Amino acid sequence: MTHTRRGLAALMSGALFGAGLAVSQMINPNKILDFLDFMGSWDPSLGLVMIAGLAVTLMSFRWLLHVPGPLLDIHLHLPTKEELDSELILGALIFGVGWGLAGYCPGPAIAAIALGTAEPMIFTAAVIAGFLLHRFVKND
Amino acid sequence: MQNFTPWSALSGGAMIGLSATVLMWLNGRVAGVSGILAGGAGISDPGDRSWRLMFLLGLLLGSAMVIYLAPGQPAFAPRTLFSPDLLVVAGLFVGFGSRMSGGCTSGHGICGIARLSTRSLTAVLVFMGSGAVTVYLARHLFGVSG
Repeated sequence: MTHTRRGLAALMSGALFGAGLAVSQMINPNKILDFLDFMGSWDPSLGLVMIAGLAVTLMSFRWLLHVPGPLLDIHLHLPTKEELDSELILGALIFGVGWGLAGYCPGPAIAAIALGTAEPMIFTAAVIAGFLLHRFVKND
Repeated sequence: MQNFTPWSALSGGAMIGLSATVLMWLNGRVAGVSGILAGGAGISDPGDRSWRLMFLLGLLLGSAMVIYLAPGQPAFAPRTLFSPDLLVVAGLFVGFGSRMSGGCTSGHGICGIARLSTRSLTAVLVFMGSGAVTVYLARHLFGVSG
């Protein structure tokens, strides 16, 4: 029963996320590229999206991260790593290159699939391939 | 400043923040799409697949609802002429890099910074930087477009 509720909660959360991405036009890769194009035709929209998102989560997490447990689970599932390491920095660097090339990252790409064009589907498939490549390299 | 859409950015961003709030409040999970996708695709976190698949389904449905039901949507013409080869390369980098760094723009950006994580703040600054350099090189030096 709780499993179903968690699934529905996730569905609701995902729908809000997807709707937010569409409303803010983050599913338009040109808008992302225009934000990162500091030297060219700069569009601050993505920055404002992040600020608005953070305005909500900075406040809500202050409270939510100090409860003993979430509503539908026994405990919070939070990342445990705290130290900065080379994997974090190199990984972020690599991520940024891909992001700056195509103007997509996982969330907006999946949401953009709703547009029915081929691009987001190709990109998402490649992201999954990238996951597999990382797992393969890591297990060497 | 071109094509700046402040009101849709603010409202869409607030919705994203609300989404992360709901997932943390109800399920106690970080709304990091790279992690959710990796788990949903069966690549990591075995046994925790179903809620992830539901989230991804919601992502698609929520976006579709806005695109097809909201007035004036989609507010842009979808890009269709971008090189598929470059899309694949970009996707590989994004996939690889997100797993290596432990997150993406939602995981590190919206959730990680909200958790006051130094790791996440660092990741965001680094990928914004490498993203900006890449756009400069791709757009202005190599003339990549779609």
